[in-house]
Amino acid sequence: MKSVLAVLTVVAALVALWYAACVPMNIKGVLTEAERAGAEVEPASPRERREASAFGLVAKNGFAIPATWAQERPRLPAPHQVVIELWDTTVAQNITSKRSLVYHGWVTLSATLMGFVIGTGLGILLAVGIVHSRVMDMSVMPWAIVSQTIPIIALAPMIIVVLYSIGIQGIIPKAVISAYLSFFPVVVGMVKGLRSPDAMQLDLLRTYNASQSQGFWKLRLPASMPYLFASLKIGIAASLVGAIVGELPTGAVAGLGARLLAGSYYGQTVQIWSALFAAAILAASLVALLGLMERKVLKRMGMA
Amino acid sequence: MTNESNSQPVIEARQLDLTFETNDGPVHALKDVDLTVEKGDFVSFIGPSGCGKTTFLRCIAALEAPTGGTLSVNGMTPDEARRQRAYGYVFQAAGLYPWRTIAKNIKLPLEIMGYSREKQQERVKSVLELVDLEGFGEKFPWQLSGGMQQRASIARALAFDADILLMDEPFGALDEIVRDHLNEQLLALWARTGKTIGFVTHSIPEAVYLSTRIVVMSPRPGRITDVIESPLPSERPLDIRDSPEFIEVAHRVREGLRAGHSYDE
Repeated sequence: MKSVLAVLTVVAALVALWYAACVPMNIKGVLTEAERAGAEVEPASPRERREASAFGLVAKNGFAIPATWAQERPRLPAPHQVVIELWDTTVAQNITSKRSLVYHGWVTLSATLMGFVIGTGLGILLAVGIVHSRVMDMSVMPWAIVSQTIPIIALAPMIIVVLYSIGIQGIIPKAVISAYLSFFPVVVGMVKGLRSPDAMQLDLLRTYNASQSQGFWKLRLPASMPYLFASLKIGIAASLVGAIVGELPTGAVAGLGARLLAGSYYGQTVQIWSALFAAAILAASLVALLGLMERKVLKRMGMA
Repeated sequence: MTNESNSQPVIEARQLDLTFETNDGPVHALKDVDLTVEKGDFVSFIGPSGCGKTTFLRCIAALEAPTGGTLSVNGMTPDEARRQRAYGYVFQAAGLYPWRTIAKNIKLPLEIMGYSREKQQERVKSVLELVDLEGFGEKFPWQLSGGMQQRASIARALAFDADILLMDEPFGALDEIVRDHLNEQLLALWARTGKTIGFVTHSIPEAVYLSTRIVVMSPRPGRITDVIESPLPSERPLDIRDSPEFIEVAHRVREGLRAGHSYDE
């Protein structure tokens, strides 16, 4: 009960901070609109206002504060504006409509899941190779690390262009970018997990004259499960980022990335923020889902 | 007390040497170790840390390769014996897989060795009885006490019915009372199965209580300083440890340890 109170307090503080931040962020725009509507603002000259500090303007034009939370195109939309936009574009909208965030969310989600499956599969295979072969350990691991030092925003357009030139477009390029981001945590986690059995455990298998594959299936793989799930949680979030980034250079047709881009083209900050929140909610749900699976699996294995 | 039957010795070491190359130079872990273990012997290896007792046991199990001398197990090289699954090995930690129940843990070597399902079931049942863990097969390791876990790990080593049981300080991490109990059980198990047991320990009473022969070792370089044939009868209740014979053997072990090792180092 105490922790619920604490959590709610933190949330309330963040929301309050957000509302407070809206006032100085939006005050100039609000005053310009008010002036056009015939209201008296202080100072009256637009030029003076441009040069004045936001906090000074708020102090002189207290009447304008409520309007900073209700602009159509605010610099920083207020929380309730984002919530209303989220509601309007999900619940109140036919989900097949191009205006529906559910539709765009599904476009992004499908690429995310496809990329996640590819990335996870690839990551596990690489990890198995790295653990069993010293040559692979020395030749693949450095490249895996280097691959993650390249900003994905720079690489994504190239991947899309290259794949387009060989006739591949649509969901696949996005999934490839997604996989590119998500395989790495899986490789790192699985290498660690597959190596987690200690020397004694390996000696024990040796006394049974067990083969390498028996050692893998009976000891290394089960021992790596907790590590795998930790990696999957990072991997799925990275996959989502990859899918969104993959939507940006294609000219924003559909998906959460497209909503972000379209929002920024037309100054629709409310749309941008609601797309951001949709992405965050999606990521949180995916991670929570994996957490649930983790508990189920580890419990079944007797490890949790 | 040497077994005078015509059968070959189970373990035979002649002039065994093992040197580890480390960054600080070579470490002479075993030097000129000569030992013969007959079938059915219970041999304890005792000595301070670094005396090579565990290393010697690991050589027998082919987990280490000697750098000199000869070592045979059942008349074969240790590695051949390992491939034929000639021994069960019990480590200091139980090392049960947390994701397997006790019964499944015991089945592990049987699965690896390709026993049929019925045979696995049968073996699990009989070794659980041997270590007094009937009814615990479906429990997970964390649901058992440390002593019970170690018993389960002994059951796992017994599961495939190897004639040799190698135990590396199996009760080292357990408290005195549990240890006494397990020692008693181990003797009963040895009497029932007639296995040849190699047992590494730090504890003088444990070594004297359990063994038919006690091998006293000392470090730098690791070597055997004394081999004591125990005059104790094979029937050994726990209170035999108060008898004059027991105290005399313990005294001899202590003398042997002192002779081979200066505690001022």
